Amino acid sequence: MTRKTIKVDYLMRVEGEGGLKVVIRDGRVRSAELRIFEPPRFFEALLRGRAFAEAPDITARICGICPVAYQMSAVHAIENALGIAVTGPLRELRRLLYCGEWIESHTLHIYMLHAPDFLGYPGAVEMARDHADIVRRGLSLKKAGNEIMALLGGREIHPINVRVGGFYRTPRRRELETLAERLKWAREAAIETVRWTAGFDFPARERDYTFVALRHAREYPFNEGHIVSNRGLDITAAQYDEHFEETHVARSTALYSRLRGGGTYLVGPLARYSLNYDRLSPLAQEMAREAGLGPSCANPYRSILVRAIEVLYACDEALRLIAAYQEPEFPAVAVEPRAGTGFAATEAPRGLLYHRYRLLPDGTIADARIVPPTAQNQACIEEDLASFIGGFLSLPEEALRQRCEQTVRNYDPCISCAAHFLRLEIDRG
Amino acid sequence: MAGQRRIVIGIGNPNRGDDAAGPAVVRRLRGALPGDTELVEHSGEATALLGLLAGATAAFLVDACASGAPAGTIHRRDLHEGDLPPAAAMLSSHGLGLAAALALARALNQLPPRCIVYAIEGQSFDWGTSLSPPVANAVDAVASRLRAELSETGGVPCTRPC
Repeated sequence: MTRKTIKVDYLMRVEGEGGLKVVIRDGRVRSAELRIFEPPRFFEALLRGRAFAEAPDITARICGICPVAYQMSAVHAIENALGIAVTGPLRELRRLLYCGEWIESHTLHIYMLHAPDFLGYPGAVEMARDHADIVRRGLSLKKAGNEIMALLGGREIHPINVRVGGFYRTPRRRELETLAERLKWAREAAIETVRWTAGFDFPARERDYTFVALRHAREYPFNEGHIVSNRGLDITAAQYDEHFEETHVARSTALYSRLRGGGTYLVGPLARYSLNYDRLSPLAQEMAREAGLGPSCANPYRSILVRAIEVLYACDEALRLIAAYQEPEFPAVAVEPRAGTGFAATEAPRGLLYHRYRLLPDGTIADARIVPPTAQNQACIEEDLASFIGGFLSLPEEALRQRCEQTVRNYDPCISCAAHFLRLEIDRG
Repeated sequence: MAGQRRIVIGIGNPNRGDDAAGPAVVRRLRGALPGDTELVEHSGEATALLGLLAGATAAFLVDACASGAPAGTIHRRDLHEGDLPPAAAMLSSHGLGLAAALALARALNQLPPRCIVYAIEGQSFDWGTSLSPPVANAVDAVASRLRAELSETGGVPCTRPC
C-alpha cells in the first residue's frame, strides 16, 4: 500500500477531549487505540481527608453532563458504609432526579452529537439549518430533563441539593405537578424521537458483547440492583473489585477495566436494555417493537435508538413517580458517622458508575475509588473499531474518518469527566 | 426599559485557573450595573446557553480562550459581523460550547439583536482558583469596557429589526 496518514486534529461531538489512533496495514486494521485523560483519579485523591458529607458535591464536579450519576453513586456508597437505607419518597425522588439526567444527557447526545453522523452533517449547527424544527424539539426535550434537575437538584448544573441520607430540601407536591404538564409534552416528543431515529440508516454490524448492567427486582435500573451480565455474572457492588480489575496502559491516563479472567465488557444503553428489556414500561416496550428493536440489541450503531427508548422510559417513569409522590416528613434520614467501607454502583447515562469509600470513625474519607463508565467501555470502543472499520476501508477518506468518529460516539464517551481534545489519526502505513 | 432584556454571561470553570476569567468579570460587575441587567455565571454548555440567550435583546458573553496571543489579550467580536473563528469552539474548554451555541442560535434564527463576545487570552488552565496576573488585569479591563458599553447602550438601540 502507499503510505498514507489521515489526521483529524480534534474529534468534536464527544463530551470532552481525548485521542484516537487507527493503524491500517495491508488493508487490515492492525490496531485502534483510544487515549483519554482521566480526572476521576484526581478526584479520588482530592476526596481523601474530606468529610463524607462533602463527597456528593465534590464528585458532582467531575462531570457537567452527568453530575447526578456521580452524586448518586457517592451517596449510596457512603450510606452503605454507614449502614443507612434511604426508602420511600426520598428513594423515589432520587429516581426522579436520575430521570432528569437521563433525559437531558441522552437527548443532548441523540440530537446534538450523534444524529448528524446518520444524516450526513458535520455537526448540529449544519443540521439545524436544514432541520430547525427537529433541533428545536430536541432542545425542548432536553430542557424538560434540565427542569427536573433544577427543581430537585437546586440548579441545573452541579446540583447542590443532594446529601447523604436524602436531600437538603424536598419539593412540595404542587411543585412536582408543575413539571407533569411539561413531561407529558416531553413523552410525546420522546415518542417522536424514537420514530425519527428508527428511520436512520444503521450499518449492519454486531458483536458478541459481554453486557454488564444493574438489574433490579422490579425496576429498570437507576440507583439499585445487582451487577449482572449476559454470561451469568450476578454480584453486589461490594463484590465489584473481586470480579473486575483495572490495568494501566501506557498510552492513556485512564485505566482499562476488564472482567477478571473474562476480558472486555460493555456498559451503557445497549447493556441495560438487553439485560432489562422486561423492566421497561409497556409504552417503552411497545415503541421499541415499533422501532424494530428486539428484546436485546448488539449493534452499537443502534445505540442512538436505544437511547431514544430510554428517554421515553425516563419521561414515562418521571410521570409515574410524580403522580405517586407523597411529601416526606423529613428531607433526609439521620446520619451518624462511623468507620466502614461502602460500595455502590448506579447507572449513569453512559453506563455503570462504581464508587467505593473507606471512612474513618469520625466520617473522614480515608480512601475513595471511582470507576467511570467510559473507562470501562474504553477497551470495547477499541475492539469495535478494530472489528468494524476493516469493512469500511473502501470508503473515501473523509467518510472513513467520519465512520471512525461515529463508532466512538456510539458510546457517548464522557471524556470530559475527563479531559481535553480527542485527536483522531488514521495511519495507513 | 420595556421590552428590553440585557444579559451578561461569564463562561468558564472557576476551578480551572484562567478559565475562571468569564465568571470573574461577572463578579466584578455585580452591583455596578443597572438593576435590569442579568448577570450569569455559566459552565458554557451550549444548549443551556441557547436557552439563556432566548428572548435577550442584548447579550454580552465573556469567555477565556487560547488562540496563541499573549496572555491577557482581549478579543472583542460582534456576532452580527460574523461567527466566532471555528477554532474558538475547541479552544474554549467546554466541548460543545460557546461557538456552537452562537452558531446554533444563528441557524435557528435566535441570535439576540445585539450580541458581543469578549474573549480573554488565558495562560494556565490547570486546576486551581487563581487567575494569572495578566488575565486578572484583563478581567478588570473587560469589566470596565462592559460598564461603558452597557451605559452607552442603556436604551439598547436596536441595530436590526427586533
